[in-house]
Amino acid sequence: MKIHIRGGRLIEPKSGIDAQLDVFIAAGKVAAIGEAPADFHANRVIDANGLVVCPGLIDLSARLREPGLEYMATLESEMHAAVAGGVTSLVCPPDTDPPLDEPGLVEMLRHRAKNLHQARVFPLGALTQKLEGQRLTEMAELHDAGCIAFSQADAPLSDSNVLLRAMQYASTFGFTVWLRPQDSFLARDGVAHDGEVASRLGLAGIPACAESIAIARILLLVRETGARVHLCRLSTQDGVDMVREARRQGLPVTCDIGVHHAHLSEMDIGYFNSNCHVIPPFRGLRDRDALREGLKDGTIDAICSDHAPVDDDAKLLPFAESEAGVTGLELLLPLTLKWAKDVGVELSDAIAKLTTEPARILALNKGVLAQGLNADLCIFDPDEYWKVTPKALRSQGKNTPFQNMELAGRVRYTLVEGVVVYEAGEKAGA
Amino acid sequence: MAFLSRNPQLNQHGELQHLLTIEGLGAGMVRHILDTAQSFVSVSEREVKKIPLLRGKSIFNLFFEPSTRTRTTFEIAAKRLSADVINLNINASSQSKGETVLDTVDNLAAMQADMFIVRHAQSGAAHFIAGHVAPHIHVVNAGDGRHAHPTQGLLDMYTIRHYKQEFHNLRVAIVGDVLHSRVARSQIHALTTLGVPEVRVIAPKTLLPAQVERMGVQVYHDMAQGLKDVDVVIMLRLQNERMRGALLPSAQEYFKSYGLTQDKLALAKSDAIVMHPGPMNRGVEIDSDVADGNQSVILPQVTFGIAVRMAVMSILAGSKQ
Repeated sequence: MKIHIRGGRLIEPKSGIDAQLDVFIAAGKVAAIGEAPADFHANRVIDANGLVVCPGLIDLSARLREPGLEYMATLESEMHAAVAGGVTSLVCPPDTDPPLDEPGLVEMLRHRAKNLHQARVFPLGALTQKLEGQRLTEMAELHDAGCIAFSQADAPLSDSNVLLRAMQYASTFGFTVWLRPQDSFLARDGVAHDGEVASRLGLAGIPACAESIAIARILLLVRETGARVHLCRLSTQDGVDMVREARRQGLPVTCDIGVHHAHLSEMDIGYFNSNCHVIPPFRGLRDRDALREGLKDGTIDAICSDHAPVDDDAKLLPFAESEAGVTGLELLLPLTLKWAKDVGVELSDAIAKLTTEPARILALNKGVLAQGLNADLCIFDPDEYWKVTPKALRSQGKNTPFQNMELAGRVRYTLVEGVVVYEAGEKAGA
Repeated sequence: MAFLSRNPQLNQHGELQHLLTIEGLGAGMVRHILDTAQSFVSVSEREVKKIPLLRGKSIFNLFFEPSTRTRTTFEIAAKRLSADVINLNINASSQSKGETVLDTVDNLAAMQADMFIVRHAQSGAAHFIAGHVAPHIHVVNAGDGRHAHPTQGLLDMYTIRHYKQEFHNLRVAIVGDVLHSRVARSQIHALTTLGVPEVRVIAPKTLLPAQVERMGVQVYHDMAQGLKDVDVVIMLRLQNERMRGALLPSAQEYFKSYGLTQDKLALAKSDAIVMHPGPMNRGVEIDSDVADGNQSVILPQVTFGIAVRMAVMSILAGSKQ
């Protein structure tokens, strides 16, 4: 299959290309950029006039809910959602049921995902057995089975000795440890940012220092062990400031945020909107602005969807009893574009937060469009508005605070290894 | 970004459809409720304590959390308005069978309910139920988690107005566990709405919510300073379980620092009134001498509570659909 993508605006952050250039694909690889190779006869021509052509997006956190949580979503539904969002590679956290703490489970998941021929799946292995925060997993075995790094997901790891040992052990093999910084004692029972809104609504709070104290502990252990750490889902101004300082000191630390945190604050909970029940919680406006700024100045490396599909019943409950999480795969691109527009960031720099930057964190040769590399692409219309409705989302999870909003940025085609795995209908499913 | 929709308590005519919280009600509405309550006080003093305002209406007391006093006063209020009252203690039945709140509410709505009086351990439960019932059904929040207990807040305002006539010249102190108290939150909203110029909260730092001053109160940690020259002292109930965690070391130490005694009360104005939403923990937050003393209006609060609940129910039932 040979594909000619014609007339699009090619944005390739790694090489700094932002120009109208054609892309030629053959045998799953990029055959050429700009001029067609000799003897290239396309089987298909995609007219990308007025569209942006960029590397396929890499999502650093998408829950696929398999194994064990299929009532929330299935691999099929979420992999379809991924490509509809332009995501060609995704990282899934280990908090499935059972957690990804055994090589067999990881192999099974990768096998199932591969057979769907949609996005590529890179599982995170559990850092501790059953994510209980006590005993280390067989990291080397899990790595051989396909785990790209190791994580506690949202499970607490309160024992500092276990954390120290986990970081030492992981760094022995050069594995990165992914941690969502939160002191489990300070966060206990909390469901919202411990601030004005939670106080008024009578919701149990999670103070901002639950994050900064955890970051302080992690950074000190990074200094102690030399382990590479990726901090997941920052939410506070203090957190961003601490990471900025750590980077200045040269510590091997990277970080990301969930894209919804670039837009929303505690205020958006309104009258107990359970779609705003997320982990970590939406914080104050100052925090949100610090995240937006941290992304802009490069302190925050990447943006992820933190996709967590939840079935309707689990959200149809009083706020604190509702299941936390938002659906995100299909909103990742439009919400990133919105952030870029709001703060005045170039389209190319915004796309880097979804492509080259996550690839760098994962140490993968992805998120790049260059001759001879896999043809994983996203082709989107940056100016087309679409309305976020349950029907417009392929994900089984319809849980989003952006419900009924009109967002700009609609994916038109997604290609994985030179195959069109997603093609939008003529009119957005409104 | 802000997704604030319109106030879910009001219908499109600006009338009260549900009573979920005092926040956002407006002084006019609060005064209207208090005035209506005043007209009902005399009903309770008549030999035949019944008026036919809600005849034929079905009111469900939907209590997901145990309560005797509040449920009873709602029941009495409904019966004085000639409504049919059905009491349901949910934790005993369906919740243990795994039925969700919505299932329970749907089932009861199918039994032609006109009004739900809801108590639930989760903040926001009344808002949640109000957001899902059919438009002809009214919801009254009888206490949701730490969030709100609006009829208690209203009856406290009624009591204050009864003894002090006006609000604009008052200093009011709320003492105790504000952090866990839905009553305190409703009182604070009511007092600030009615124009009380100085609302104080007095508590140790462990029992105050984050940024409580943003609710329009002045924060004190010392009883002697906080009670000085106040017109109204509102004591909050301190639950025993607070002593089990890291919030307080002991009931004895709490009483020493924050319990209301005659000596401490003497710092307030000489005609200050003492209120308590009940049930009281004598010797923990309040000394018996004060609770039973001549400045205490704790029992009248209960009496006024019935008239206030009658007022709320009749106003809700009278709103257009």
